[in-house]
Amino acid sequence: MKYLCLIYVEEQILNGFSNQERVKISDEAMAYCDTLQKAGRLLVASPLHPVETATTVRVRASKTLTTDGPFAETKEQLGGFLMIDVPDLNDAIRIAAQFPVARFGSVEIRPMKEDGCA
Amino acid sequence: MNEKSLKQAQSTVEEIYRAESRRVLATLIRLLGDFDTAEEALHEAFMAATEQWPQNGIPTNPRAWLVSTGRFKAIDSIRRRARYDASLRELAKHSETITDDVQEQEDEHLQDDRLRLVFTCCHPALKPEARLALTLREVCGLTTEEIARAFLTKPATVAQRIVRAKNKIRDARIPYEVPTALELPARLDTVLHAIYLVFNEGYSASFGTALTRADLSGEAIRLGRLLTQLLPEPEVMGLLALMLLHESRRAARTSATGDLVLLEQQDRSLWNGELISEGIALLERTLAARRIGPYTLQAAIAAVHAEASDAARTDWAQIVALYDLLLQVEPSPIVELNRAVAVAMRDGPIKGLELIDALLMRGELTDYHLIHAARADLCRRIGKKEEACASYRNALALTKQEPERRFLERRLAAL
Repeated sequence: MKYLCLIYVEEQILNGFSNQERVKISDEAMAYCDTLQKAGRLLVASPLHPVETATTVRVRASKTLTTDGPFAETKEQLGGFLMIDVPDLNDAIRIAAQFPVARFGSVEIRPMKEDGCA
Repeated sequence: MNEKSLKQAQSTVEEIYRAESRRVLATLIRLLGDFDTAEEALHEAFMAATEQWPQNGIPTNPRAWLVSTGRFKAIDSIRRRARYDASLRELAKHSETITDDVQEQEDEHLQDDRLRLVFTCCHPALKPEARLALTLREVCGLTTEEIARAFLTKPATVAQRIVRAKNKIRDARIPYEVPTALELPARLDTVLHAIYLVFNEGYSASFGTALTRADLSGEAIRLGRLLTQLLPEPEVMGLLALMLLHESRRAARTSATGDLVLLEQQDRSLWNGELISEGIALLERTLAARRIGPYTLQAAIAAVHAEASDAARTDWAQIVALYDLLLQVEPSPIVELNRAVAVAMRDGPIKGLELIDALLMRGELTDYHLIHAARADLCRRIGKKEEACASYRNALALTKQEPERRFLERRLAAL
């Protein structure tokens, strides 16, 4: 079963870290992703640029509306994601709990539909 | 077959349904991999039993018969439907991969299946209210209507909660398993908490006109007994002891007119001695274990009350000491409030009032009616009439329960 793990962090918390701390967390996250990939449980993962770089697109009445920023403003921002392939939710929870950012941010686990959009 | 033996066979089927249906269901969920399919299979199996047992006699192992009949009926129906529905093909495949002899496997896995069911219904990925509804429905076998009545909600609301929870179990693939030893303590907490919530809702209904709803407490105690039998961890027994000791006071907690009677005014001859001895025996077994958790400590507090002949002769020093331990393992402002009340009994109302006022200053319990009621009572005892009245009014504004409201109004009127 494939799950998309969405990593959310409050920007304030991130800003509170020193550069050194940031590098340490990032190294730890990359190392963890490497381990997962070698175990065949990680399909793809990536951190994301900050939310200021986000662009939202909608098409209404055949017109494309492009706006700056995310669709909804929230305190917690999507900072990255992991797409994993594991037997069940308990495995997904275990993986999410060991992801370093979970210690100060949060991980939303969404099961992926395997039978199309219906 | 004559009419008498036919009736006899039917009542045997009913008896077996009551005793075994939840166990059969728990195993069918594992074998079929889906709650709804298993429920349907359970229904089919008992239909078949009602038809066949009066003719052919009761099988030697009725439970194994029901499991294998239910399983074959389900596989049959999945196969038939799978011809038309692509999404069922995988389920059909899953069911067919189980080739082991069900009867042989069954005894070995049976205990585990019931635990699997409890842990799945109380999975932390489900909403707390859904855990309660699902546990009462699947583990206890209550109907949606019964659950709705117990929680004073609409059957449609309960049904929706259960459907959503089952959908999540299926779509997010919550596994049907007992947690590993490493995860057991945290997962067990969730299960115990769900059982305790069911008990409390039955013991001290949080809203409505009745003070207690005995049927819910009864279900919680049944669940506690089941879990004690399947997984005799210290806190499991501690929770059962706690529920039994509280339950022992049920008859004394309300007057004939349905009004609240406080612990110190209760007629202790109405306390149920059998439940008390069972609770204390369990507690002694639990205290022998080295890990003592919050449920065991609360049970120990209840046991000190149970062993006292009246409020004045209660060992309040020991109760305060137990609350101190409880605060260490599970700090909470409510436990601090209870401790303050015990301190008032040990050292006098002024000492208790100091603690309660300090607690109120912190603000966490400002909206909790019982802290105002406790403060009012202590003010009343030391003759601070006006402050007592003000606190009773605060409590009255916050309580949502009719008998408590009447109790507070009587106290206020007496001043």
